[in-house]
Amino acid sequence: MLRATLKSLLSRKLRLVLSALAVVLGVMFVSGSFVLTDTLNRSFTDLFTNVYSGVDVSVTAKEKAGSPGTLPATMVDRVEAVNGVEKAVGQVNGSARAIGKNGKVLTTAGAPRLGFAWTGDESQIEMRDGTGPKTDTQVTINAFLASTGGFKVGDQIELITLEPKKKFTVAGIFGYPGGRDSLGGELSAGFTEPVAQQLLLGQKDTFTDIKVTAAAGTSQDQLRDRLSSELGGDYVVKTGTQLAKDQADQIQEGLKFFNYILLAFAGIALFVGIFIILNTFSIIVAQRTRELALLRSMGASRGQVIGSVVLEAFVIGLIASVVGLGAGFGVGALLANFFATFGGGNLKLAGIGLPMSAVISSFAVGIVVTLIAAVMPALRASRIAPVAAMREAATPDRPLTRPTVAGALILAAGGTAMGFGFVQQSLVLIFGGVLAAFVGVALLTPLVSRPMVSLIGRLLSWSMPGLLGRRNSARNPRRTAITAAALMVGIALITGVSVVLTSATASITKLADTQVRSDLIISGETGADGTSAHFAVDTIDKIKAKPGVRSAFGFAGEPALVNDEQSWVSSVTDVLAMQQQFGLQAKEGTFAPLGATQMAISEDYATQKNLKLGSTMRIQLAKGEATTFTVAFVWAKSQVMQGMVLSSSAIEHLRIPQLNNAFVQVNSGASVTDVQKSIEPFFADNPEVSVQDRSAFVKQQTSQFDTVLLMIQILLALAIIIAVLGVINTLALSVIERTRELGLLRAIGMRRAQVMRMITVESIVISVFGAVLGIAVGTALGVATVAALKDEGITELGFPWMTMVQYLVVAAVVGVVAAILPAIRAARLNVLDAIAYE
Amino acid sequence: MGTSGVAASAVDVWKSYGSGDAAVTALAGVSVEFERERFTAIMGPSGSGKSTLMHCLAGLDDVTKGEVWIGDTKVTGLKDKGLTELRRDQVGFVFQQFNLLPTLTAEENITLPLAIGGRKVDRAWFDTVIDTVGLRDRLSHRPTQLSGGQQQRVACARALVSRPEVVFADEPTGNLDSRSGAEVLGFLQKSAREFGQTIVMVTHDPNAASYADRVIFLADGLIVNEILDPTADAVLETMKHLDAFVGAQ
Ligand SMILES: Nc1ncnc2c1ncn2[C@@H]1O[C@H](COP(=O)(O)OP(=O)(O)O)[C@@H](O)[C@H]1O
Ligand SMILES: [Mg+2]
Repeated sequence: MLRATLKSLLSRKLRLVLSALAVVLGVMFVSGSFVLTDTLNRSFTDLFTNVYSGVDVSVTAKEKAGSPGTLPATMVDRVEAVNGVEKAVGQVNGSARAIGKNGKVLTTAGAPRLGFAWTGDESQIEMRDGTGPKTDTQVTINAFLASTGGFKVGDQIELITLEPKKKFTVAGIFGYPGGRDSLGGELSAGFTEPVAQQLLLGQKDTFTDIKVTAAAGTSQDQLRDRLSSELGGDYVVKTGTQLAKDQADQIQEGLKFFNYILLAFAGIALFVGIFIILNTFSIIVAQRTRELALLRSMGASRGQVIGSVVLEAFVIGLIASVVGLGAGFGVGALLANFFATFGGGNLKLAGIGLPMSAVISSFAVGIVVTLIAAVMPALRASRIAPVAAMREAATPDRPLTRPTVAGALILAAGGTAMGFGFVQQSLVLIFGGVLAAFVGVALLTPLVSRPMVSLIGRLLSWSMPGLLGRRNSARNPRRTAITAAALMVGIALITGVSVVLTSATASITKLADTQVRSDLIISGETGADGTSAHFAVDTIDKIKAKPGVRSAFGFAGEPALVNDEQSWVSSVTDVLAMQQQFGLQAKEGTFAPLGATQMAISEDYATQKNLKLGSTMRIQLAKGEATTFTVAFVWAKSQVMQGMVLSSSAIEHLRIPQLNNAFVQVNSGASVTDVQKSIEPFFADNPEVSVQDRSAFVKQQTSQFDTVLLMIQILLALAIIIAVLGVINTLALSVIERTRELGLLRAIGMRRAQVMRMITVESIVISVFGAVLGIAVGTALGVATVAALKDEGITELGFPWMTMVQYLVVAAVVGVVAAILPAIRAARLNVLDAIAYE
Repeated sequence: MGTSGVAASAVDVWKSYGSGDAAVTALAGVSVEFERERFTAIMGPSGSGKSTLMHCLAGLDDVTKGEVWIGDTKVTGLKDKGLTELRRDQVGFVFQQFNLLPTLTAEENITLPLAIGGRKVDRAWFDTVIDTVGLRDRLSHRPTQLSGGQQQRVACARALVSRPEVVFADEPTGNLDSRSGAEVLGFLQKSAREFGQTIVMVTHDPNAASYADRVIFLADGLIVNEILDPTADAVLETMKHLDAFVGAQ
């Protein structure tokens, strides 16, 4: 039996290669993700080990209200006095964003943009040119910043810090050992100490941390223990090793999430792969009916027949896993290099390794997926009666009742799971529900296959080859259905997300147009490194003084401790202007200017936190003591503004006591454009901040959705490629099955081009059918999601018509491409051989 | 249509398969002409090269040496495109089995060569053919809904409907019972006599051959005999001699 299995395996190389390719690609995605994240993990660990290699112990103030604390200058001496300390140097670190020669702020893909105080003690740097900063108008920058912005020693450079842009002269350029321009793609600028303190911390004589060098004979751990007992509980004392580990762990946490996302998409690709393999095995089993029946009539048991098919699947799964693992290693290495060069900005890669997780998951996933796909065909094979060997091999169309009922049940179960998922906010339930829904729809697909296919086919069957192609695609509804369903999955997911995002855009636009009365919005860009732009509080007064301005107010926000829990708090400069521009209604109490220890909250927030008029909350901001704030009024449910606001007097207690955004309403009759022009100069020295009218602002906000959609499309590309392989596979198998028909057609005078056209039409019909299914299912998923998110503010339903049409066109093109190889194969058939084909 | 009285001809046609020791000579210098409007049968024992000759004549296979003509067209040397068009426009086929496309109705199968060539159906001619084969009430049926004899009659109708220069039939009755076979053969005979259709039929059944106007005998890749206006007995007699002749070699 084993021999017979392996023989039949080898005799059908092409179809096996095609179906194995689906597994290979899926496994490649899985192992590639693991290799990529593993490599990046180790690279970042190396990076931080490197960063902290000159630090024995570091002393920082305890984090206050979620913001890093600062240390007074006197602490340096206190630390240095401790026994075992060789040297203690106060450090100043903060955010400094350089402006490039084109006037735009230089950005990174995620690495920080740092400002620091030049201490003259920089142990691991190499001066490339010039010196450290000697005067308060000089900076020394790293070579990566120099090359990114095209700066040379002696050039002017503008930097945005806590303060708007300031001009400096480049005194020197430094790099790192090994000719590296940066440690990990960061852009950094060193100031003189007082300048750094003023610009980065906003306070003279303070430090962010103290770098401690141990005296000879004192270990890092000993020194840490001694320092923490001497300094007391207000300070955090860590060894350099610990710091490196903490930082690396934090990155690893992020990478883990990234890995999950990649694996989720790999899962989708494999899910699609199951359809393809299932289809291939079904077709192979159907074609082998006589062979299997012969085996049965010769005394093979049902178990042996099942075993034969399952063994075949196992072998394919095993081979595909090995190949997929190898390919994944290559892809992971490639992506890591790509990331290091472009994403992270010259991150030094640790050696590419093959983590155990990649190996295990590759084999598990590859083999399990193939086996799952083979179960149904194997069972079907075992039910072939021995007498079938004597009959003509044609398998009659089985009734569709069972799959239809099963499909309806699974679809209902999937829908229910999704519903629960939304209620309980469980991503796993939602995702599982969606996948179950796909299986359900796939089972229902054969039912709609005939009418749909003939409908789509009608558009293409103006000629005889077209008609034949259409008839062929309607010939085996199950096969066409599974092939199309595989394509459906990817397109449905994209369409679903697209419907949600289009609806979100429509909702936001409508909300902005109907409920927000602000005409101009001042906001800053948020950097990939987590920095957000800000501007001085008194800008609001300057704006209000401009003719045509009716009202203006701004928000400042930061994480803080609210009743000992970390959460985001906002301060508003003028709560009345906020109420007026956002159209808020009082629910409890009345709108009135907030006192220093008063707060206003939304109805939702009140319910959520169980608060009412007069309730209090203890809030610890970054600076100053914890303060008890009293709820002065509650505003009614609004989609524009939720949560809580503190009075404007709280702003000065924030770590960065500046505004993040502001809203301006002009007088009726005044020109919005004129007002915009008149206030833009206030931000001339702050290129991170922009003034936009309402619709431009909404457009900018919603344009982020396009990026999200693009990312999803890229990640789903593999699932779609696998589905295309499925189309190719189905066509190739059909060509083999219909060899004699093709021979006959050629014999009675069908030209090669016509044969190719016939196959192409069949292919297009299947692909477009898949796309139509995908768009329909995706729209349903999207609408369901939008309905579930009604309370989250997605009140409008929008449909991405253009995108849908694009997918249909793409599907048609995909159909043409998928048909190329099978069509060439069909056209090349030798007429006589084909007629004689058994 | 051509001007001469010959619909198809082979001139010193050789055909061998394989090479070296394994080479098989299926045709060893066959020269034959098939006159217009006649029904010719090719007979011979199994393996004598009947099918090979027919394939070469019909442009389904190329010859090793010699020339093949269909009407005024020299088939030998044509490229695939030319051959395809030749088969489509000037040749009709009836194979022993699997003549029809299962996805098409009987009528669509019959008009398939015309549809492929983008030609219009001559309705009057179509009706004549259909009525002659007696398929009028089966036109909308699929092949699986037809009996073997009906299927072969559909195949005959298809071969005729484009009014080809010549219709080739390779053992068209080989898979049929004698009654269905007789119907098909009667139809082929009628096509030649009443409609002037040139027909070349390969068979090894003397009875089938007796429907033809002329029978040529093939043995070991050579034409060894010929009978005009054959009867089944005469054919049988010749076959016996042929067997003796082959046996003697
Ligand atoms: N494709 C082929 N390859 C090799 N030999 C062939 C091929 N086709 C036919 N032959 C050989 O050529 C000879 C004639 O075959 P064929 O024309 O089929 O005979 P018939 O139709 O009279 O039974 C036979 O010996 C056969 O084995
Ligand atoms: Mg033969």
